[in-house]
Amino acid sequence: MRTRYSIFSLARNAVGHHEDWPEAWRSPEPKPSYDVVIVGAGGHGLATAYYLAKEHGITDVAVVERGWLGGGNTGRNTTIVRSNYLWDESAALYELALKLWEGLSQELNYNVMFSQRGVLNLAHNQHDLRELSRRINANRLNGVDSEFLTPQQVKAMVPIIDLRSQGRYPVLGASLQRRGGTARHDAVAWGYARAADARGVHIIQECPVTGFQIEDGRVTGVETGKGPIKARKVGIVVAGHSSVLAGLAGFRLPVSSLPLQALVSEPVKPIIDTVVMSGAIHAYVSQSDKGELVIGAGVDHYVGYGQRGSLQITEETLGAICELYPLFRRMRMMRMWGGIVDTCPDASPIIGKTPVENLFINCGWGTGGFKSTPGSGWVFAHTIAKGEPHPINAPFSLDRYRNGYLVDEHGAAAVAH
Amino acid sequence: MLLIPCPFCGPRAETEFSYGNEAHIARPKEPESISDEEWAEYVFMRSNTQGVFLERWVHAHGCRRWFNVARNTVTYEILAVYPMGDAAPRIDSEPVV
Repeated sequence: MRTRYSIFSLARNAVGHHEDWPEAWRSPEPKPSYDVVIVGAGGHGLATAYYLAKEHGITDVAVVERGWLGGGNTGRNTTIVRSNYLWDESAALYELALKLWEGLSQELNYNVMFSQRGVLNLAHNQHDLRELSRRINANRLNGVDSEFLTPQQVKAMVPIIDLRSQGRYPVLGASLQRRGGTARHDAVAWGYARAADARGVHIIQECPVTGFQIEDGRVTGVETGKGPIKARKVGIVVAGHSSVLAGLAGFRLPVSSLPLQALVSEPVKPIIDTVVMSGAIHAYVSQSDKGELVIGAGVDHYVGYGQRGSLQITEETLGAICELYPLFRRMRMMRMWGGIVDTCPDASPIIGKTPVENLFINCGWGTGGFKSTPGSGWVFAHTIAKGEPHPINAPFSLDRYRNGYLVDEHGAAAVAH
Repeated sequence: MLLIPCPFCGPRAETEFSYGNEAHIARPKEPESISDEEWAEYVFMRSNTQGVFLERWVHAHGCRRWFNVARNTVTYEILAVYPMGDAAPRIDSEPVV
């Protein structure tokens, strides 16, 4: 077991000038075989490994990662957490995640800085308003906290928002999920990695998967940059590269990989203490603990594997931000970056079995994967351990594109998928 | 931003165009007789290629005509532009990692 992080271990290490902290996880060479190999050490993959060990007692697990852990979309998102999705299936999935978020720092003994500062979704026209009201009602029926705010209530929560009538984007109302908020994205990957490692999971970085060993329609291992690794079961959790990995295993996905970008400003004093999102105009903003505005933009509309976005998308988003918050007009943006998001036709993820036996996939989270990290890992671990999906992720099978039971979440997914 | 060579209007900024995703997906000739799997394949499944991808674009804010493009989805380089209905051109390019 690792050193437990606490005020006492902090004090002890302060005496030694913090030079003697043990490593948070090991970096082992891969064994020839494992019970389970997880491809992809992002938040979802590491969470899967952690819950396999914790909930199902499966500790002979390797997480193999092409780059470094948490270096993909886990480290590139805008860190927003919420569960106010429209349909029953989605509400169950995202609410499971939110409940796990609420105890995550304690559970992992790692501060993921989960901050339930509330998430607002703005309505700018009558149609937005009706859809928003419908979603609030659906949320409440599903036991997900959600409330309606009038423009005055929005102004009270976010004093810097421009609600004068001449504004280009009038605010007619907003939904508020008070239990929503933000978390420290890197810490989620690191916390899960450390906790999984403590339970015996091997995390193998810089180890690209180049192929799958498949015999009689059943996966028996993976080919990697560090040699072949046998596995009884394999889970693919690689976000933007899902189609590429599926191609190596010989099946196809309904996924399109699109560049999605985000940016941060120079740090300033506290100015906005909640998260404000607007799906209609692709502008959402929160403030990090360092003081930077964290701004999420829209997707580029073509298939792209380059981890960068186009400038006109940034311009559109910043234009909307400056309209809604005129005082941000003189802010300077410090960094911008892109990630590759795997979008599905119905804006809902795919978590379940594949045409290859014992090969499972968790993908298609599109623009909203970060918020669901704990829930995604939890249900995917169950799916791999039992060989069958949990009732919560059963509706999110790959088979739904054949039988037509789509879970259309375009309305609640915030950024148009 | 991409500079897309419209075969009818010449090179124009990406913002004038709309995207039509994967090219060469033919509607089933006998829709009544195909299985649910074949429908799913036609309606939903996409190659989503990392590398040279054949895709459709429409010059929405220009001549409003559709055409096909061969584009590298990693470098975003446009390698060929060819009319709708034509066979895919042969593209010789370096494999991407």
